Amino acid sequence: MNDSQIRGAEIVIKSLVAENAKFIFGYPGGAIMPVYDALYDYMDQIQHILTRHEQGAIHAAQGYARVSGKVGVCMATSGPGATNLITGMADALIDSTPLVCITGQVLSPLLGTDAFQETDVVGISMPATKWNIQVRRVEDIAPAIAKGFHIARSGRPGPVLIDITKDAQVALGDYNYVPCLNIRSYRPYPKVEDSVIDAAAELINNAKRPYLLYGQGVILGKAESQLKAFLDKTGIPAACTLLGTGALSEEHPNYVGKLGMHGNYAPNMLTNKCDVLISVGMRFDDRVTGDVKRYAKQAKVIHLELDPAEINKIVKADVPVLGDCKVSLEKLVEKVEKKEHPEWFKQFRALEAEEKRVVVGNDLSPTKNGLTMGEVIRHINEFKADDAILVTDVGQHQMVAWRYFEYKTSRTQVTSGGLGTMGFSLPAALGAQLHDYSKEVICVVGDGGIQMTIQELGAIMQTKAPVKVVLLNNNFLGMVRQWQQLFFDKRYSFTELDNPDFIKIAEAYNFKVQIVDERVDLRQAVAEMFVHDGPYFLEVKVEKEDNVFPMIATGSSVEEVRLK
Amino acid sequence: MKRRYTISVFTENFIGILSRITLIFTRRGINIDGFTASESREEGIYRITIEVNTTEEQVIQLSRQIEKIIDVIKAFYYVDDEMVFQEIALYKIPIDSIDPGLEKVIRQYNAKIISAEKDFVVIEMTGHKEDTQDLLEVLKEFNVLEFVRSGRVAVAKPMVSIDKYL
Repeated sequence: MNDSQIRGAEIVIKSLVAENAKFIFGYPGGAIMPVYDALYDYMDQIQHILTRHEQGAIHAAQGYARVSGKVGVCMATSGPGATNLITGMADALIDSTPLVCITGQVLSPLLGTDAFQETDVVGISMPATKWNIQVRRVEDIAPAIAKGFHIARSGRPGPVLIDITKDAQVALGDYNYVPCLNIRSYRPYPKVEDSVIDAAAELINNAKRPYLLYGQGVILGKAESQLKAFLDKTGIPAACTLLGTGALSEEHPNYVGKLGMHGNYAPNMLTNKCDVLISVGMRFDDRVTGDVKRYAKQAKVIHLELDPAEINKIVKADVPVLGDCKVSLEKLVEKVEKKEHPEWFKQFRALEAEEKRVVVGNDLSPTKNGLTMGEVIRHINEFKADDAILVTDVGQHQMVAWRYFEYKTSRTQVTSGGLGTMGFSLPAALGAQLHDYSKEVICVVGDGGIQMTIQELGAIMQTKAPVKVVLLNNNFLGMVRQWQQLFFDKRYSFTELDNPDFIKIAEAYNFKVQIVDERVDLRQAVAEMFVHDGPYFLEVKVEKEDNVFPMIATGSSVEEVRLK
Repeated sequence: MKRRYTISVFTENFIGILSRITLIFTRRGINIDGFTASESREEGIYRITIEVNTTEEQVIQLSRQIEKIIDVIKAFYYVDDEMVFQEIALYKIPIDSIDPGLEKVIRQYNAKIISAEKDFVVIEMTGHKEDTQDLLEVLKEFNVLEFVRSGRVAVAKPMVSIDKYL
């Protein structure tokens, strides 16, 4: 031992500071206490956000990571603290969100003895992490954190778990942080082959009805301007997935709408009419493809994808373009001809008009008595800033908000896509707001989802993050009820909720509150919410039994999208 | 069409790597028919040989998912014709069932007695599964007390070296 040695717990904090982590979202407990003690001396260098549940901590870290593009950091103790992170890890893995999760673990001699608050979190989290490790020696802490950050943020991002035994946290060791830049078994950026670029360009140049689908890969790969340049030159219509939303401004002339189960009419229908389908940074989720046996069978498929395991996983690619889409789009734009496709666009616009007539009008400017979720979003659009961030939970409100919110810039859409985690939005909105207090962060949530993580109103109160919570309350688990109506003979099995007085709850947490149940008050209430500087809670009592359309029922083809 | 494939995985020696690999099979409900692990020619690099009965589409997916594991260097898949492979089997026979017929069987199958104890002998045979299974059927008349067969060890015929991926 020499004087320069410090405790493992302090090495943890210094390593996080070295990685430029601004926030730790966490919750203390026995096995992580040494790290929390070390944190006490670093409060000027790194900010810890105390959530009210570990699930809240990891969802907040996800929200932060999604809007900032940086690695989100969360921390919890062993046992229940660690297991409470699992849902967030699974969510971050399926939605490719970069996270470093640090958990305390019992003393290493107690491992495997069923010690107090011992759980095999490395084992439990294996299928929910990109990589994980247990650290039992002080000298392994900094290298594990360095490797963890590199893995979390490089290639296709994902969550990493570092489990540190308490004895490693209290042991003394040298601190010498060396960032990890290379792992020999890990090649995060496959090289883009020029031959496949030529093959892709040839298909695109000869296409009569080319069609481009973009996903979150464009955002994660920071390829928004390359995508725009490609679309500007080729004149190809483009539609987004749920998580790709915002990668291209919806005001772009080539933008034709949203894909998937509750996406737009034209983009789903015409998937089966294009002759060349170019997918960029998306993975053909079943919510996008519907019945995959009847999905784009007529088209030649070009798949721009970073993850080799995604190529040919669901849809066979005629030309797989493996590699960073920023690089491949840059190469591709050089090889494609300048074109316009006016006739092809007309087909999109005609179906779009049909959707407007049958669905959108009634959603946004209803004439019936009950308030619709859509009209709430219409008023939000009226007052929000161009770069306002929308965080949604899971269910009907998620689909409606996604359909109607006007996305103009990248990283403004935060939702749980792949996993569909109810309870995601409230903590995620906190994380998103902390990244930038000057941005408007609107959390649109249902009465089911908010009750899964409602305790995080406390974390918002403590941080004074000016999150605008918009609760769309229909006293139902609306999406499940919709399915019960359509596919289970209206047998509403356990979907109706007797709800508490949400306004009283929000008031107890020091939110400025407002409740609306009449159309005449709605616009003014939304306007007031936007001028308030601080946490705001707006509850809107919406129609109890509304449905979200268009809809592609499970097992149906994209062509069988229903308007009602 | 389902057939027998062998996946040959080169990995770093990292705790938990076997669990991560087997999870890929578990999640998809695919049975692992054989599994062996040992150090490879390169110190510190482990070689895992996995036998599965599945379709080519599926074995490609499995190999890519395995390669996606951070500490996996490379995963190759082969059909039987593309590999030279061997398995080892041990048969425990009670001493009192030994008769002159056993010698004939041992010679015929190129097996050998590797241990003789007071109550039993242990016969060893290496070969393909079909051969060791054949011997098992034949030995049943001698009352096989215990039988065990290893997973396959295999080297690939294509001249691809792992060096290229290091």
